[in-house]
Amino acid sequence: MTMDFAPSEEQRLLVDTLRRALKADEAVARILASLDQTSGWSRLRWQALADLGVLALPFEEADGGLAASPETMMLAMIEFGRAVVIEPVWSTLILGGSAVRHAGSAAQRERLIARIIDGSLTLAFAHGEPGSRWQRTLVRTRARCTDGQWHLTGQKHTVLFGASADEIVVSARCFGSDDAAEGIGLFLVPAAAAGLSRKGYRTQDALEAADLVLDEVVGEPLGDTSLGAAALERILDDATAGAIAEAVGAMEEALQLTIGYLKTRQQFGRPIGDFQALQHRAANLYIAVEQARSMAFYAAAAQHEAGPARSAALAAALAVTITSARLVAEEAIQLHGGIGMTMEYRLGHLVKRLAMLEPRFGSREVVLDQLARHGGLAGEM
Amino acid sequence: MHLAPDPELAAFRQEVRAFIAANLPAAVRRTLERGGRADRAELTAWTRTLHARGWAVPHWPQRWGGTGWDPLRLMIFRDEIQRFPAPETLSFGTSMLGPVLYTFGSEAQQQRFLPRIATLEDWWCQGFSEPGAGSDLASLTTRAVREGEAYILDGQKAWTSYAQYADWMFLLARTDKTATKQRGISFLLVDLRSPGITIQPTRTIDGGAEVNEVFFDSVRVPAANLVGEEHRGWDYAKFLLAHERSGHARVGLAKLRLRLVREAAGDLLADPGFHRRLVALEAEVKALEMTQLRVVSEERRVATGASDPVASILKIRGSELQQAAAALWLEAAGPDAQRWTENDDGSDAASAWLNLRKLSIYGGSNEIQRTIIAKTVLGL
Ligand SMILES: Cc1cc2nc3c(=O)[nH]c(=O)nc-3n(C[C@H](O)[C@H](O)[C@H](O)COP(=O)(O)OP(=O)(O)OC[C@H]3O[C@@H](n4cnc5c(N)ncnc54)[C@H](O)[C@@H]3O)c2cc1C
Repeated sequence: MTMDFAPSEEQRLLVDTLRRALKADEAVARILASLDQTSGWSRLRWQALADLGVLALPFEEADGGLAASPETMMLAMIEFGRAVVIEPVWSTLILGGSAVRHAGSAAQRERLIARIIDGSLTLAFAHGEPGSRWQRTLVRTRARCTDGQWHLTGQKHTVLFGASADEIVVSARCFGSDDAAEGIGLFLVPAAAAGLSRKGYRTQDALEAADLVLDEVVGEPLGDTSLGAAALERILDDATAGAIAEAVGAMEEALQLTIGYLKTRQQFGRPIGDFQALQHRAANLYIAVEQARSMAFYAAAAQHEAGPARSAALAAALAVTITSARLVAEEAIQLHGGIGMTMEYRLGHLVKRLAMLEPRFGSREVVLDQLARHGGLAGEM
Repeated sequence: MHLAPDPELAAFRQEVRAFIAANLPAAVRRTLERGGRADRAELTAWTRTLHARGWAVPHWPQRWGGTGWDPLRLMIFRDEIQRFPAPETLSFGTSMLGPVLYTFGSEAQQQRFLPRIATLEDWWCQGFSEPGAGSDLASLTTRAVREGEAYILDGQKAWTSYAQYADWMFLLARTDKTATKQRGISFLLVDLRSPGITIQPTRTIDGGAEVNEVFFDSVRVPAANLVGEEHRGWDYAKFLLAHERSGHARVGLAKLRLRLVREAAGDLLADPGFHRRLVALEAEVKALEMTQLRVVSEERRVATGASDPVASILKIRGSELQQAAAALWLEAAGPDAQRWTENDDGSDAASAWLNLRKLSIYGGSNEIQRTIIAKTVLGL
């Protein structure tokens, strides 16, 4: 078996199917329409994804899924990024789905995954807290076991799709100091649980999010509570790989729009793409996108590995992606001039998705510090 | 698409690494680690060691001593040589002239020159650039006039690397003044012991004696030393430069430098800013390595032989990352970097930083590469 970068027939088919279904060029209309509604996403489009089998991708065959490889998931996430999808892919397939996959007991997987796949269950993953600033193991929300039941108390912050999710996976501390790696458990909380209050809002890039307050909420341990730390690493690594691929899709689309614009926009009697100053900046964008794309491949390859080597590789891949995303976000707007800033034009929405990469997954400095703690990529130099 | 590591390639990498470890003199390795380069005797000995193993010119056709390795193995071999570090064979012969000769040269030229390139019996240098012809190479004015069975060569070459060691030079000269710029150029092989040649060193700011000016005053070049057809030299030069460009990623050298910076850093690693800069570069080097792998895998798949314009990414990022690694080395060296030791092998942090400015200038400057990307990839 050798490294093969060419998509298989099956993967090509999936990408085509997604492109047709997601209709990247209609993103603006979808997003603008959603901004007027309380629920920011469409059950109808979610059901359409379920009907195409897309919601089955990451799950094991034994659980009724398609057992998509990391490479296939990457290709799918690139398409979601290209189309600036606003449905709960992040919370249900990636974060929540990953939690159920990696931590759930057989009974829980059986109960939940079939309903995710048929589109009737959406999830949220509640981990970040006020002030935790992407520290993976900083969890102040407490889980106390009394009378054989776990009670969760604390606050969760910017939980993607936290207001509309049917069930929420909550990280909470069973024991240990606030930032200890050990002692973190994952718990399932139904949306209607007593003591749970949710305050929903929209994000810059038109997703839904919510802040949660938990007051003695009864939660069902997802699998074994002692699995928490390892499962958490795995979930966040999956999310990192997804974030990288989604950003690559958004960057590719932003670059294409920019190149198209440079060829058609006329000033001083010629296309602005005739000016070498702009040609070279466009070339820099192309290089940045290709470097990030290479790192999406590296991230997919890393997911075949386990442990710290995987986390280091994913942090490295995210760092490069962030650097590229910053450049593409800023330069794509600049090369467009004023039109690049308008709500009615697609570029701005791609840029908004890219601009959320750091607030959502960690600033470049924080990600580099994570990589440094893993010893960098010294072993591969 | 399947991206899990390939155990066969990993085993090949180990085999190359073990061979280098067992055969490279420690002194040469130390010189290279200091940022210096092997001298002529050391490079010749090492080239012969590789040749004895059958690895001096792995990328050549098997008829001329190549190994028949696929592009991935060729890439890994080069990467291991660079990161170890071991000297690379002299690229003017093995990577530039060799492919031109086995593709366009006459049978007699192939028989005469290729074996001597593989063993470094002949040291070749590249006479393309002139004082007035840099990026706009086709504006060159060195001229060769046919007189019977010879060309008479007059003019001047600039920036000729290691001409002081060289036995031979391949060069571009104008053979037809009336044709358009590109059409009147021929590709000639010149014996540097011919009467009428003067070589003058050009000192560079790192203290190095790497480049030279070479003057030609009525130099007689036998007509048998014309490569391919008269006036078609530009085509061969373009072929050569495309070969040259794809070798410019030099990922292994960036890896080496970052490894050495990490070793030298000591307490500096406790400085979060420095540590971030280091791991950020490691990540960027990995991204370039993956890009190179993509380009090479693509070559293997389509096997057209035409150079991929994406190779321009390798040239740009390869040079930028080596320069950035040198800047980090300079930072790690601290106040000691001020010391000026005049030598000719660029062997300390500041000298290396100064010397490596060349990477974004030669081999088609990075500005020229960006224009290639804009025009041929992006269609601007
Ligand atoms: C250390 C060293 C070793 C070398 N060894 C050799 C050798 O062995 N043999 C050999 O033949 N040559 C050699 N060269 C020469 C090298 O190939 C040239 O330096 C190179 O082609 C650039 O030419 P130039 O220096 O005249 O710069 P110029 O072409 O004058 O360029 C000056 C600046 O203008 C930019 N520029 C030029 N044209 C454009 C354009 N159209 N658009 C935008 N920007 C542009 C360039 O990128 C550069 O920044 C060597 C050079 C160095 C520094």
